[in-house]
Amino acid sequence: MAELTNTVPASVATINGERIPTVIVDDVHVIYRVHGAGTAGANSPASALKRLVSRAPAPTVREVHAVKGVTFTAYRGEAIGLIGSNGSGKSTLLRTIAGLLPTNKGAVYTQGQPSLLGVNAALLNDLSGERNAALGCLAMGMTPEQVKQKVPEIIEFSGINERGDFGSLPMRTYSSGMSARLRFAISSAKNHDVLLIDEALATGDRRFRRRSEQRVRELRAGAGTVFLVSHQIGTIRETCERTIWLESGVIRMDGPTPEVVEAYEAFMGGK
Amino acid sequence: MANTAVADTGPGLSQAQLAARYGLSVAGKRPTLAAYTRQLWSYRHFIAAYANAKVLASYSTARLGRIWQVLTPLTNAAVYYLIFGVILGTRNGVPNFIAYLCVGLFVYNFTSAAVSGGVQAVSGQLGLIRALHFPRACLPLAVTLTQFQHLLSAMVVLVGIVLVTGEPLTVEWLLVPPAILLQSIFNAGLALGLARLGAKMTDLKQLMPFVLRTWMYGSGVLYSVDKFTENLDNPILVNLVHANPLLVYIELIRHALLEDSPLTSAAPTLWLYAVGWALLVGVGGYIYFWRGEQEYGRG
Repeated sequence: MAELTNTVPASVATINGERIPTVIVDDVHVIYRVHGAGTAGANSPASALKRLVSRAPAPTVREVHAVKGVTFTAYRGEAIGLIGSNGSGKSTLLRTIAGLLPTNKGAVYTQGQPSLLGVNAALLNDLSGERNAALGCLAMGMTPEQVKQKVPEIIEFSGINERGDFGSLPMRTYSSGMSARLRFAISSAKNHDVLLIDEALATGDRRFRRRSEQRVRELRAGAGTVFLVSHQIGTIRETCERTIWLESGVIRMDGPTPEVVEAYEAFMGGK
Repeated sequence: MANTAVADTGPGLSQAQLAARYGLSVAGKRPTLAAYTRQLWSYRHFIAAYANAKVLASYSTARLGRIWQVLTPLTNAAVYYLIFGVILGTRNGVPNFIAYLCVGLFVYNFTSAAVSGGVQAVSGQLGLIRALHFPRACLPLAVTLTQFQHLLSAMVVLVGIVLVTGEPLTVEWLLVPPAILLQSIFNAGLALGLARLGAKMTDLKQLMPFVLRTWMYGSGVLYSVDKFTENLDNPILVNLVHANPLLVYIELIRHALLEDSPLTSAAPTLWLYAVGWALLVGVGGYIYFWRGEQEYGRG
């Protein structure tokens, strides 16, 4: 841990030698309430109405404690990798930081509005890629003038026009890789204070992955903080200098990427 | 282990104190009502673009494209004309029954579509909600705006029908825009309120068709509600029937467009009801939706 304190990377911005925190996670607990999985009768319109009237909780609700008391601080200019086995709470933690999931205990403090970029971000499939890009930009709060300027850049960066004019075709005709690339291009079009990336880099082809890694570096240079969730240790190694290892909703290790990744790989039984 | 991150910023500071020192705010905290309204205003371009996109997307696979926006109400009117005008020859004591029916139908459709769209406005767009940050009220408002566009094309058809069936063009037609405006506010509030309910109770989507059909029968779309009041002894129930917001908006537009359409209440009373409902549901629905703002991503 001493390394983390002593070797501040050159990309990390400071005021009077102090690092500027952008995300502070303070003893956060997140509990999911899972509906369904009950008998067919429990979901009938009649019982739904009854619950509606009596405000009683559904009998089939089960609670899943996904994040159990996570505490850390992220600084401006840092790129932090989040690793851990499936179901360890990585995506949940990202959603909580993005303010999309309320915490049950503890708090998350952020500078500005963090943006979550995930592969499950669905735009309107019946519309063309260009229209989706324009819509996405407006949804991020850009003005129509900025949008007009940004959309060609987004299409260019996503590379969906490399095989002909796909930008004007509906998104339902895209391959999963193409739409993932477009989504990444849209979300990364704006300089976010905090950018949260959930497995997004894993989908593109090798060339796009290189380009997106370059974009992540650019975003960091724009004094933002980047969180990256990925199962591809290689991607984490290349883009992040700090890594947090989450296991069963608890931080198992937090430190420089090489050390944490080594311990993680030992834990998972090698590659 | 995690404590090291705190240690280098100054000893003795808790995470919350550190956040306060650098002016960090709690993630996903609900803004005040005024701030939320300002945010929403700055997203007006998104609302308009999203509503447009929805209209476009709904016709994207049809060969005739947006022509359906006019064809749909026209076909609707043709079906009712065939059944009630030609086959049954219904009059119900109404001078211009076809125009009477079409006004009722198109105005009802505006609210009905906003309601069924509103229920799914949040629950059907979880992907978008979990991906991007914007005031969630954009979604139900866009639904209302989409339906408003449909209503406008239906109104063009309606004006044609009303004129063809021999109604004169009068000054009273100027009352149509304010009536539609009030109904739009009412619909927006309804869509907002139902969007929050629908986000939590996914069963609501299955219930809505029945609720809407009941509402249609209670709003004098196909016949005058005077038939109800003849059979109801209780004056409270009669008042309840007359205060039905959908009935009020239908009657107002009938009153404006048609010469001799019978009214259930006096016109000033109807306007009073119309304004009251618009304010109550519009403001109420907005505040109710705002109060759930931080919860919508949970699904």
